[in-house]
Amino acid sequence: MNVPVGPASTAPPRPIRVLAAKVGLDGHDRGIKVIARALRDAGMEVIYSGLFRTPEEVAAMAVDEDVDVVAISILSGAHNTLVPDVLDQLRRLGAGDVPVVVGGTIPWEDAEHLRRQGVRQVFGPGTDLSTIVDSIRELARSRTAGA
Amino acid sequence: MSEAGRAYPPGARLGKMLWRDGERIMGAMPARPEGERARDATTLSGLPLKGFYGPHDVADLDYERDLGDPGVYPFTRGIHPTMYRGRLWTMRQFAGFGTAEETNARFHYLLEHGQTGLSVAFDLPTLLGYDSDHPRARGEVGREGVAVDSLADMERLFEGIPLDRVSTSMTINGPAAILMAMYVVVGEKQGVPPEKLSGTLQNDILKEYIAQKEFIFPPEPSLKLVVDTIEFATRHMPRWNTVSISGYHIREAGSTAVQELAFTLADGLTYVEACLQRGLDIDSFAPRLSFFFNSHLDFFEEIAKFRAARRMWARFMRERYGARNPRSWMLRFHTQTAGCSLTAQQPEVNVVRVTLQALAAVLGGTQSLHTNALDEALSLPTAEAARLALRTQQVIAEESGVASVADPLGGSYFVEALTDEMERRAMEYIERIEAMGGVIAAIRKGFLQREIAEAAYRYQREVADGQRVVVGVNKYVIPSSEEKPVPILRIDPELERKQVERLQQVRRSRDERRVRQALEALGAAARRGDNVMPALIESVRAYATLGEMVDTLKAVYGVYTEEAIL
Repeated sequence: MNVPVGPASTAPPRPIRVLAAKVGLDGHDRGIKVIARALRDAGMEVIYSGLFRTPEEVAAMAVDEDVDVVAISILSGAHNTLVPDVLDQLRRLGAGDVPVVVGGTIPWEDAEHLRRQGVRQVFGPGTDLSTIVDSIRELARSRTAGA
Repeated sequence: MSEAGRAYPPGARLGKMLWRDGERIMGAMPARPEGERARDATTLSGLPLKGFYGPHDVADLDYERDLGDPGVYPFTRGIHPTMYRGRLWTMRQFAGFGTAEETNARFHYLLEHGQTGLSVAFDLPTLLGYDSDHPRARGEVGREGVAVDSLADMERLFEGIPLDRVSTSMTINGPAAILMAMYVVVGEKQGVPPEKLSGTLQNDILKEYIAQKEFIFPPEPSLKLVVDTIEFATRHMPRWNTVSISGYHIREAGSTAVQELAFTLADGLTYVEACLQRGLDIDSFAPRLSFFFNSHLDFFEEIAKFRAARRMWARFMRERYGARNPRSWMLRFHTQTAGCSLTAQQPEVNVVRVTLQALAAVLGGTQSLHTNALDEALSLPTAEAARLALRTQQVIAEESGVASVADPLGGSYFVEALTDEMERRAMEYIERIEAMGGVIAAIRKGFLQREIAEAAYRYQREVADGQRVVVGVNKYVIPSSEEKPVPILRIDPELERKQVERLQQVRRSRDERRVRQALEALGAAARRGDNVMPALIESVRAYATLGEMVDTLKAVYGVYTEEAIL
């Protein structure tokens, strides 16, 4: 007796693709490099933007690279200006559904503010690596499931 | 090593454990005796540790050759014979935010509370050579430091602060020559000639490519600018520390203590070589080079690092470069406690971390010290948090008694053995870098950056696996509902608009023809390969902006882009 199987069980799933992005003028790249390595070790494909990207550049890379999640690192204090700009630019390019997460030195109230703007997760200092990896995997899956 | 020299006979039983030469004899015992913890086997940076140390660990140590009294070559025990009895270290808290007025007020506040020197933090647009009205500056003005666009801002920044009596440290690298020119002109306006100005220009561009990543021009012209400032200050500013060769940022980027020591000294040697190539005499400039280290969590490892640094530098200067002035041999350094060790969780615990780190710096013989504030994992410090950080130093200096005797840990079997090990491992790195063709070649190959990223990842994995304890983060955690909110320094977004208006006001009120001529002369000097300091000073006097001066130099030198490699 034939049991119908969906395509998901025959074709290997595409690995989750993440854009790890530095936006603005801060050169602190320790955190993003650690996260990028951890995501890779967890089987994801990571595209690193390099330093000093503008919100326009980050959004364009996210679209060109067809990523499932954009992970922004920012430690300059300019998050309240630059992160909403990235969200706007993604929407402008029709990619407003790509989940955006942010990590860095973000005070609690600002984290709330960013979530209200549409950021899906804010990871403050001391967040466990596995929490970040799991959260990004979950966001990528829920987006694929919803598509 | 003779048997008689051992602290304990081989195989002596101490309590439940079996030891030989201070090392646990594995095999004779279960792999990890009960009550022992894996992390005890190495320092934070991975140097192997024995259970205890004895005379056999320092059998090769020659007091005169390797230590010397404090104030005596090779200065392992400190650069002054009397150390802190003669004079306490300078308490120098790094500060800067918003516009020049806010920062000037913080400076006055810190001086009133007993701080003895100033240290300016500039905002990111300033560090990268953008004026506050540049599109790339949006949202960043005054956030991480004070915004300085022109001489007008520097005049406000130092209002009411006599530059002949207060020494100032400026954390600026890419545009360091420009900020030094501004400081000279502020002095001029206060009636203080350059020879009376004292302070420190960070001016260490090499560690920007390696770690901090706030660079503007490519490494070669950047190095040329560093030599220009050294040459100028050597002639005109005898009390000025021309470069603060910095391991701090290398460590914050995730390096080990050994890497911090090795890469910093390698950078220092690169500046020395470049100055010698310019034709400067080693003893004319070496006494004004200074250093800047991190003081991290592993108490004894940090002390060993500071002591090893002094000994290594003294030997390089005397033996490799033939320096004859004892001041050329002395490694003087500033210390800042490790910002990356601070936690956002239970932030009051940071005061304890900072105290231990500051104590290590003092026992390691620092010349000046910045203690971080408890709220710095989240934002720039509030005035109260900054005061508590300063009080921490004051307690160490005036209550603890540790300042009374120079190098109190000198002769400790453990500290001397660790100092030797630190030196040996750092020398191996320096030799590898030199074999690669030097620091710039190693930067271009990505070697230094990769070594640091590797160490950072290893550390983070150890934290994730619970091998490294971070109190309040991966152990002794409290629910976030029990966390007390910490007051945060808020930067008013209005300040950005105010700063931009001021800048435009400066542009409107200055003599445009004079500005244009000064910038043309600057470009011409840069193209000829002349020392650009005189042309920069003239441009500053004309109220040319930082961005205009940087753009003029970019047109000659080009810009540097880092390859985005993970």
